Amino acid sequence: MSFINYLSERPKLTQLGIVLIVFFILMSMTGQYHDLIVERHLFAKSVVKGEIQSSAGFAESMSMILNWQLPPQLVRIPELTFYHPVINTSATYVLIALLVTAGLLYKSFAESVNKSQWLSVNWFQIISKGFVGIIVGLLFIPTLYNWFFGEVTSSTFWEIPTMLENFSQYLMFEFWLTPVYDPEIDDYEDYGRVRLFTRAIGASLLFLITLIRELLIGGFETVVSLANVFSDQSGWDWLGENKDKWYSSIPAIPWTVLTAGAFILGYKLKGVGLSILAGFSCIYLAVFGQWEPAMETLSLVLVAAPVSVLLGVIWGVLAYKSRTVERVITPLLLVAQTMPHFSYLIPVLVFFGIGDHAGAIATIIFATPPMIRLTLLGLKRVSPEVLDAGMMSGCHNYQLMFKVLIPTARRDILIGVNQVIMQCLAMVVIASFIGAKGLGFNLLLALNQLRVGQALELGVCIVLIAVVLDKLSLAWANKQTDYFADLSFVERNKTALLFVAVFFAALLFAWFGNWMFADTAKGINYFYTIPHNKGITTEPFWQAGVDFMVSTWRADIKIFNKWLLVEVLMPMKASYLAMPAIATFVLTMGIGYIIGGIRSAIVIGLFMLFIALTPWWERALITMYMLTFAVIVSVVIGTIVGAICVQNKRATKFILLVCDTFQTFPSFIYLIPVIMLFGVTDTSVLIAVIVYAVIPPTRYTVEGLRNVPESLLEAGDMSGATKLQRLVKIEFPLAFPHIMLGVNQCVVFSLFMIIIGAFIGTTGLGQEIMQQLFSGGNIGSGLMLGLCVAFIGLAVDHLIQTWATKRRKLLGID
Amino acid sequence: MSDQQPVIKCDSVYKIFGKNAEKMLQNANGKVVAEEFQKAGCVVGVNNASFEVNKGEMLVVMGLSGSGKSTLLRCISRLTDATAGNIYIEGEDLLALNSKELIELRRNKMGMVFQSFALLPHKTVLENIAFPLQIKGSSTKDSISRAMEMVDLVGLTGRENYFPRELSGGQQQRVGIARSLAVEPDIWFLDEPFSALDPLIRKEMQDEFLRLQAVLNKTILFVTHDFDEAIRLADRVAIMKDGIIEQLDTPANIVLNPATEYVRKFTEDVPREKVLKIKSVMEPVGDETDFSDLRVSEDALIETVAEAVLGDPKSVPVLNANDDIVGVVHSSKVIHVLFGENSTLESNA
Repeated sequence: MSFINYLSERPKLTQLGIVLIVFFILMSMTGQYHDLIVERHLFAKSVVKGEIQSSAGFAESMSMILNWQLPPQLVRIPELTFYHPVINTSATYVLIALLVTAGLLYKSFAESVNKSQWLSVNWFQIISKGFVGIIVGLLFIPTLYNWFFGEVTSSTFWEIPTMLENFSQYLMFEFWLTPVYDPEIDDYEDYGRVRLFTRAIGASLLFLITLIRELLIGGFETVVSLANVFSDQSGWDWLGENKDKWYSSIPAIPWTVLTAGAFILGYKLKGVGLSILAGFSCIYLAVFGQWEPAMETLSLVLVAAPVSVLLGVIWGVLAYKSRTVERVITPLLLVAQTMPHFSYLIPVLVFFGIGDHAGAIATIIFATPPMIRLTLLGLKRVSPEVLDAGMMSGCHNYQLMFKVLIPTARRDILIGVNQVIMQCLAMVVIASFIGAKGLGFNLLLALNQLRVGQALELGVCIVLIAVVLDKLSLAWANKQTDYFADLSFVERNKTALLFVAVFFAALLFAWFGNWMFADTAKGINYFYTIPHNKGITTEPFWQAGVDFMVSTWRADIKIFNKWLLVEVLMPMKASYLAMPAIATFVLTMGIGYIIGGIRSAIVIGLFMLFIALTPWWERALITMYMLTFAVIVSVVIGTIVGAICVQNKRATKFILLVCDTFQTFPSFIYLIPVIMLFGVTDTSVLIAVIVYAVIPPTRYTVEGLRNVPESLLEAGDMSGATKLQRLVKIEFPLAFPHIMLGVNQCVVFSLFMIIIGAFIGTTGLGQEIMQQLFSGGNIGSGLMLGLCVAFIGLAVDHLIQTWATKRRKLLGID
Repeated sequence: MSDQQPVIKCDSVYKIFGKNAEKMLQNANGKVVAEEFQKAGCVVGVNNASFEVNKGEMLVVMGLSGSGKSTLLRCISRLTDATAGNIYIEGEDLLALNSKELIELRRNKMGMVFQSFALLPHKTVLENIAFPLQIKGSSTKDSISRAMEMVDLVGLTGRENYFPRELSGGQQQRVGIARSLAVEPDIWFLDEPFSALDPLIRKEMQDEFLRLQAVLNKTILFVTHDFDEAIRLADRVAIMKDGIIEQLDTPANIVLNPATEYVRKFTEDVPREKVLKIKSVMEPVGDETDFSDLRVSEDALIETVAEAVLGDPKSVPVLNANDDIVGVVHSSKVIHVLFGENSTLESNA
């Protein structure tokens, strides 16, 4: 009796119990299909071969269920082929349509004050909801019924990738043609305007990138190449005429100039500390012989980052100004921020081709969404009084936006800029998959050849560039003017003058260098440039270290590896794959219902349905199993470390610093050390994921615990709580909503890393995306796969956000 | 009252929030009942406000939160548009101005101080004060030198390069005041300027404010929820409740003759000697000739002269601004004010 009382007092717990019981009952009902679904693809193959039925009719399904056996369509949705959408207007469905409409309108009618006028006031609502009712009743429900119990021909859903692919091909090559002169065949040819447009964007970005690149390393061939374009068009041979002129072969800027410039800029913006950081980073790049790839990467970032920031601010402002734009853009941003990096590459590949410009465009697409979000957030957070103050000062719209709103929202916008730079550098490696040159490409190569030492050096290069750009941009934004200093021209422009002086000094040095290094064996002028991989390298040292570690601990690592795989990962994977689809739905939607009511259940259900209807359900299950494992381990480690560190002020500071630093590392970097230790296995991917994903829970735990009001802690102390009691009874419950947001981020981080992990061989959705990418890019499959990953992330995000919001409201924290 | 036209004139101003506000207002025929509107999903902010503010006068609008006082202020500064009614600024119809004219009006004639200071966090004290000038298009040099004058005026000299976050609340509001005065506006709006400050600082800022007003003599609309502040500062006080102006009168009249029960609740605890002037307790000069040597001004607050008058057994003559004797005051009357019942005091007010 007391047990029932206990449960009835805790409805959520009861609900969870019911969900779990149903889930396990369904798990046990796979029966004859059990062995088929544990192995990937077997189920689909059996269906295709005709060994098993693909679906059972309603009556047959019922009798199967009574025999403790799920009908096949409830076990695996994706392997089945389905009917096209069905419209059915029989009386039953008309009745359902009417009921749905009535249900939707009921609340509005019940709450209206004036019942007689209700019809005329709410006519639009009635029509729109009636429309929804008809769609649901006559199309959606009959289609669902046919899917599950009707006769089966083919599924439209599986054709979406092909349809998208065909559409993109049509868009590029057949839509809205225009004749363009082609010099190679000396005739006009039809080109799609869309393709010309994307080409033009690509070409202009490429021009910018090349320009910066040649300024920094290649020498001024841009003038020449630009002239070449003109000569092709007009027949005027500019290059031939000016071959001997000095300006047809201006050399690039010596690295010394840039390094000195970094010192000066750092000093001017912030002071000695930043100066040293920026300067020595440059020296590191040069000394380790990575100057050239680093400058290639830098040129990419210097083009992509400003474009992203600009786009982000523009869209952020538009969304702030217009509710409609905001409503349209918000879900898009949500999806964009949970799509894995790789899935952006395929559309870019299709529309823009391969090369540095494609890399830049992928980077821009990836880096813009957070900028938009943060701009919008910042603008919304500006206090209404500040807005009023601006209006009362007589600002017109333009002044209000650029002198009041944007500067006041500066903190968030700056975080956005910061994020853009981080995202750009995170994309550096990934963009090299579609032809971006630079450090990323070399890193990829080094990883492919398992040259861990070199990968490490390259990784440090990328991190250094990230950190320096980050700090410089922050310092630049925080600069203030002094109105009272009465300075002479020289005093005002002393940094510029100093730079000019250094510039010429360095040129002079480079010139002397011609003689100084002429006698050395290699004949390289080190004062001008240090060619790629001709610098110092510590690779042998690291390689020796790796060899030492591997030879010393090989046995231990192997044992650990084997244990983890055999005892933990394999069984977990098997149990995930053994879930009949219906059980997965019951579990996820049930949890959705417990947390957020019927609405959340439907949202989660729709996300899951999308994934289930694509051909990659079992891939998604594998991704989910890795995700679950990684998130659980990261969250446990993160919260424990966070909770311990927060007990001590210095440890808190230290751990936040560590989090900050680790967060600036582009995600690919994390693969380096784990490959070093564990080789190419699932274990190393998971460890990389955990190391990467442990940052947010740690940080949010620290922040959450630190933000618990002092007075509550004192209240706890005065009630005689021990430190542990205080932590468990006061601090954790209050910090929990904040910690959950960390868990949320942890999920997204893990997802990204798991997908990247496909690079060293995991078998989830990531592998599928990589395959699409390497097979030349099926834009449809790429996007659908990306959406699958995004929807997993969004489903978790939805649950956690809903829960955290409710909890916060309950606790009265904002 | 002067014969000039009023600087601010409100003529049955309504502000109603909600979807069908205008339509409902038309149907209501000028009789707005808050409860009825609330049922239809509308909130009544300002309900039929009519008043005038003359040049150099300070009108304090007092009310508790939700009484519509800030909404009224926002209507007159046109930060929100009134739903119905007319507002005239120096005879000009405010609601008829287009956005360009409105901007001109704000740039040249209006200044506003905000409860939470509303300083721009990215600008220094000096830049904040110079901001309206720069928006107007003044040169950097002019606006900075004018801003420096304002810094001196509000007593922040030496802190002009601080950022708002580095200042205390009182200092931040000084910046807010300086900024609102930088363009030398004719009309000065203050929206609960001292509510976010500590009591001691508040007192200090009120003194500072009175000092400034004595020098500048602006036309002021001041919003507060603090009754003591209202009667301390105001030439006239408007007391609002649920969007309606319950009473609009001089502080002394409000204390002596509260128009409604609601107003009376505020006045009950107010020490009258702090509000009433000698004028309100003096009697006409009778037959007596045996005056005290003491002389008091008719505009002196009773509080300030009570001790002297009480210490004098004879009647004390009261002087007007031209030093003519206009009446006498007896110590018995003053004792009444200090310790007597409320009701006995309503004769001379």
